[in-house]
Amino acid sequence: MSEAQLDARRMLCPMPVIRTQEKVGQLNVGDILTVHCTDPGAIYDIPAWCRVNGHEVLDIAQQDGEVIIRIKVCEA
Amino acid sequence: MTDPRKAAALISGGLDSLLAAKVILDQGIHVEGINFYTGFCVEGHTHAIRQKDRARPKRNNALWVAEQLGIKLHIIDIIEEYKDIVASPKHGYGANLNPCLDCKIFMVQKAREWIDGHGFDFIITGEVIGQRPKSQRKDTMPVIASESGADDLLLRPLCARNLPQTRPEREGWVDRQRLFAFEGRSRKPQMALAEQFGFKDYAQPAGGCCFLTDVQYSHKLADLWRTRGTRRYELDDIMLLKVGRHLRPRPHFKMIIGREDGENRFLEGYRKQFTHLFTTSHNGPLVLIDGEVVDDDLELAAQITARFSQGREADCVDVEIHTADGATVSKQVKPIAGDQIPRNWYL
Repeated sequence: MSEAQLDARRMLCPMPVIRTQEKVGQLNVGDILTVHCTDPGAIYDIPAWCRVNGHEVLDIAQQDGEVIIRIKVCEA
Repeated sequence: MTDPRKAAALISGGLDSLLAAKVILDQGIHVEGINFYTGFCVEGHTHAIRQKDRARPKRNNALWVAEQLGIKLHIIDIIEEYKDIVASPKHGYGANLNPCLDCKIFMVQKAREWIDGHGFDFIITGEVIGQRPKSQRKDTMPVIASESGADDLLLRPLCARNLPQTRPEREGWVDRQRLFAFEGRSRKPQMALAEQFGFKDYAQPAGGCCFLTDVQYSHKLADLWRTRGTRRYELDDIMLLKVGRHLRPRPHFKMIIGREDGENRFLEGYRKQFTHLFTTSHNGPLVLIDGEVVDDDLELAAQITARFSQGREADCVDVEIHTADGATVSKQVKPIAGDQIPRNWYL
């Protein structure tokens, strides 16, 4: 299991979702991805993308104008 | 038992693509969605840059549709390749800079490449004959199928019975009798089908999904191309066309003026790339300058910036200017009068 980071700050949706999708595609089942966004829409879209594609959202936090979402890569 | 056939559904997030995918899902086909991002797509939270739009639903409609259907959705970035479609569409533009027919051909072509790469059998779209004046006509349906390379692997479940049989129908992968024969601009058949399926909440359909169909947006894009002398753009260019008030007081520079806090915050992300201005004696907008400016231009830009601040009626407004090369200049200006801003400065 590994931990990865994705900087999606200043991107407008759906770009954070697209970059998340690309990054998850490079990871293995069980890996954790932390995505940093500034578009508040990411709070809705990245979890929706995870639900649709079978990945698990572990945590969503907001601090200093950033949305930070932790995702566990699951068997898709 | 054999594995079910697989279809890739083009999901825009509107009602038609939702229904088309549902019709095929109900025939036991494995369906996954594809959504293409061109950079011009209208998303709920792109609007929500603006404070006043924050109450709107903040959802990506394509993802929402996929959730309703219980299917996977693949969002595909086609921003770079799409530039050629916008710049020189083989089949021309619609009422504005919308290259709808070329766009549809391109997306179906990309879907064809996708199904080949992922072991899928055919493609479905929510197209309906006569629904859209440029791209969804009886005579354009075969053009899309042939020029995209999808040919008879392209099935339109909502109007299939008005079209020649496709391979999925001929091979018996889907039952043609359980497809539809919708035609024309009326939305009533789709609404009735939505009700039959129990879909009560869906995005308002038809026409509103692409900024290129918007007259004002197209005008701003045409201005960008004209002043740069080339029909090229970067993603940041087309994002900035969605935000703020755009004024071109001189041929060699344009001002992008935030209309409220949400837009000002968004424009702040671009400060380092542009000469920018803001008022310091009164509340006011953040203003970016796109183009080359000299001293006289900065005076005029400062007067215009003051005009759009809360000091618009004041005798004197303090304006701070940060040039793109890092210098800071302070000016005291009288706001330009409203009637001194010709209408043709507004893009």
